[in-house]
Amino acid sequence: MTTPPAIARDVTNDFSLVVATANGTGSQTANLTLLRACFHMGIPVCGKNIFPSNIQGLPTWYHIRVSKDGYVARRTSEVLVAFNQATVDADLRELPSGGVAIVDDGLAHGVERDDVHLYTIPVKALMAASEHKGKLRDYLANMTYVGVLAHLLDIPLDAVEAGLDSQFGGKRRLVDTNLAVVRGAHAWAVEQLTKTDPFRVAPMDATRDLLIMSGNEAGALGSVFGGVSVAAWYPITPSTSFIDALRDYLPELRQDDDGTPTYTVIQAEDELAAIGMVIGAGFAGARAVTATSGPGISLMAEFAGLGLFAEVPGVIWDVQRVGPSTGLPTRTSQGDLAFAYGLGHGDGKHVVLLPSSIEECFEFGWRSFDLAEQLQTPVFVLTDLDLGMNNWMGRSFTYPDTPMQRGKVLSADEVRERGFARYRDLDGDGVPYRTLPGNDAPGAAYFARGTGHNAQAVYSERSDDWLENTERLAHKFDTARRLVPPALEERVDGASVGIVAFGTTRYAIEEARDALAADGLRCSSMRLRALPVGEEVRAFIEAHERVVVVEMNRDAQLAGILRAELPDLAPRIESVAYLDGMPFTAGFVRARIEPYLTPRSLEVA
Amino acid sequence: MDRPRTIASNAAGLSKADYGGSPSTLCKGCGHNSIASQIIQVAFELSLRPHEVLKLSGIGCSSKSPAYFLGMSHGFNALHGRMPAVATGALAANRRMRAIGVSGDGDTGSIGLGQFKHLLRRNTRMVYVIENNGVYGLTKGQFSATADEGLDLKYAGHNDLPPIDLCQEAIAAGCGFVARSFAGDAKQVRELLKAAFSHRGTAVIDIISPCVAFNNEDDSPKSYAYGRHHEKPLHELGYIPYADEIVITESEPGELRTVDLHDGSRLKLRKVEEEHDPTDRIAAMTRLMEAERRHEFITGLLYYDPSRPSYAEAARLPETPLTHLPEDALRPPPEALERTLQRYR
Ligand SMILES: Cc1ncc(C[n+]2csc(CCOP(=O)(O)OP(=O)(O)O)c2C)c(N)n1
Ligand code: SF4
Ligand SMILES: [Mg+2]
Repeated sequence: MTTPPAIARDVTNDFSLVVATANGTGSQTANLTLLRACFHMGIPVCGKNIFPSNIQGLPTWYHIRVSKDGYVARRTSEVLVAFNQATVDADLRELPSGGVAIVDDGLAHGVERDDVHLYTIPVKALMAASEHKGKLRDYLANMTYVGVLAHLLDIPLDAVEAGLDSQFGGKRRLVDTNLAVVRGAHAWAVEQLTKTDPFRVAPMDATRDLLIMSGNEAGALGSVFGGVSVAAWYPITPSTSFIDALRDYLPELRQDDDGTPTYTVIQAEDELAAIGMVIGAGFAGARAVTATSGPGISLMAEFAGLGLFAEVPGVIWDVQRVGPSTGLPTRTSQGDLAFAYGLGHGDGKHVVLLPSSIEECFEFGWRSFDLAEQLQTPVFVLTDLDLGMNNWMGRSFTYPDTPMQRGKVLSADEVRERGFARYRDLDGDGVPYRTLPGNDAPGAAYFARGTGHNAQAVYSERSDDWLENTERLAHKFDTARRLVPPALEERVDGASVGIVAFGTTRYAIEEARDALAADGLRCSSMRLRALPVGEEVRAFIEAHERVVVVEMNRDAQLAGILRAELPDLAPRIESVAYLDGMPFTAGFVRARIEPYLTPRSLEVA
Repeated sequence: MDRPRTIASNAAGLSKADYGGSPSTLCKGCGHNSIASQIIQVAFELSLRPHEVLKLSGIGCSSKSPAYFLGMSHGFNALHGRMPAVATGALAANRRMRAIGVSGDGDTGSIGLGQFKHLLRRNTRMVYVIENNGVYGLTKGQFSATADEGLDLKYAGHNDLPPIDLCQEAIAAGCGFVARSFAGDAKQVRELLKAAFSHRGTAVIDIISPCVAFNNEDDSPKSYAYGRHHEKPLHELGYIPYADEIVITESEPGELRTVDLHDGSRLKLRKVEEEHDPTDRIAAMTRLMEAERRHEFITGLLYYDPSRPSYAEAARLPETPLTHLPEDALRPPPEALERTLQRYR
């Protein structure tokens, strides 16, 4: 072993680990075990899978960020587990000086790095003793790096066992089989390896009452607690695991006393049919959801317009990936914002919810149904691959604090008492009343349609009917502004610059703001949680000389929406819009924000 | 409905006029109008309760027609070719609704062919009427996918593509009730509609419905004149509702066949010229292909098989419609949330 430059002090609970393997080799279990082991030790962690669009063979990297401060937004990792022949050279080259490389000794590599700590693991030899054969043995081989890391990083074996336990849902035999390999490798490491690197973990108490979960699971669980009864979908990465999670939760949580399911999940022939089913179910009075990604959203345009105009509730999750077209299907983006907001031809915009965390995925999971029914309109929930598919920490979820808001639905008695005109604005909020099929009061029935109609839902080509209806819909959208989750802000007294963002960029922004503040550079920040924006957004922009809209797309979609909707404030709106498929890093955000905060660069900016 | 029952009212206490809709805006003489009248008549005769009926359609002249019948029933005029998806969602949400969808040959055979076939695979319980005129009426007469090969039309020109036979497509997709009829044969349309309402899953009736504006030349196989002269019913049909305990006398063996419908009612089939066994899937397909080759216009119940469960049955949906579930059945209790989250701690 070469001797790398000595590093003065220990680096505890603040580093990033990357495991390089090939897709389909079963390393995910090992990675999640490590993640959960740290979580059990009370250390904040976040796991991100950087994977190819492929089932088997192409390289994947699993990143685990261990951060006592709860930071997640960085790309470089100091600790590398190199288990993939195809990438070992590049992986070693990318390792920062002073880093750690744990390499399968079966890999041939041609990179000489005397500035890193190198440990090689005799994977084959360690597995020779195993009674398991074939595929299972290859799977289990990943547990060798878990054992070695446990020794090198100081992860107690009982934390690893706890990790395995939650990984396998307590299935003892599976836990034991895996643990045996971990123990074997650990014992070997204790005997054979001399630790020369500074990276280690130490127990903390920062994960008590926290969860570790993916956004798709959280959103699906939220939908279940929102009373979803019909789900229709067509498989597409990165949204598939949303429906997988629904199908995992529903059998247990939604059956009647005889064990009959009180829901249905329909695998549609395409996304166009999926949203058609959602609209049909919403019209009939059920809470219905679909989950998709950009290409599916493309197919949903006509129904989205129909849903808006015929005023039918429904919930559409868009777990964003990189487009246009098939684009980068396994990489993250915020590229569908403008498209989803205006989905459909002609006039009209949609309500779009913008969760940034697993807590918000859960909350918006149920709240989206309330909003859709209160407003009688399709509601979009835009997350992204990073939030949807990766494992995030979050506070335990709060059970819905309000009863289900079913909106203005008239019963037969109510129709008998007060009559019914489907599209009349009786309350001055632009939201009309509706009846559901099956209502037996005379006059309760109406013919829902996408064609021009008057207040009685009767076909009309009259200009005054058209105007009245579309003006009312615009007014209803203003009502939506007041109902959607408001933007959250952190104002800094005297700050002249504010950041505006949404979704998962918040993590890089929070970390960057902390770093800037440490250097005396302060700015306010606001995070949108929905479109349309409310008055608080105008007030925030008005209170700052400049706001910088930070978003993960090339075309500055949110900045464009804000400039168009708040034209008088447009000159204050600057943009940092960037997309390369990877989550933003704090370093990137800092570099792009800093010029706005230093007087000298302000002059040139 | 609690109105007094009069001579002109049915078991639901309604008169035929109660099953009407808005005045039609289709061309005078359009086949679709006569089908709408038969739907009104059948709904009246079956004593359907309007609030239990859901009307659905796509886009086209044909798809407009649900506005012209059953004005006391909820309806949804969906998108071009996409009525099946809306029907699937609505009927999954409320399995109690009795649904009738009206589509066109363009709506079903071109833009909506995919959804049509998948609807049949799922076997959502509904009556699916195709008002087939071989053209796109609403967009002014272009050929549709069911237009006959070699046909010359004033506006559309010459068609040299082979037609899609929607009954063959339906049988191939696993549909258990496949019929063809002719808008000019009102009685047969009615008997088929009644039987279709008694079916377990999706019941398809492909009705040749002449477009007087764009495809009614006497030599066009989708014209009134052609239909009147060439319609070849495979049998005479008689629908016997469940309540009427009529005993069928087997006096003419081989000539009379009855099929038991899913809800206990029955359909009598009296042989006309040839023997056709509607319970034999291969025979039905063969007969349709033969008809295609010989340019025969056969009508009647082509194929019948009630064995496949409807979507609601296959999905084990509860008898109570999902739309009727109270909040405590929809939202699991707080303990359930705690229990689920335990896995993620
Ligand atoms: C997506 C879309 N494309 C095109 C149209 C225009 N369009 C309306 S009706 C129609 C054809 C209808 O033909 P068919 O279903 O045979 O009905 P018919 O009018 O003949 O009864 C077309 C192409 C549309 N409404 N929507
Ligand atoms: S154009 Fe043809 S299909 Fe349309 S209403 Fe007239 S006759 Fe009927
Ligand atoms: Mg047509």
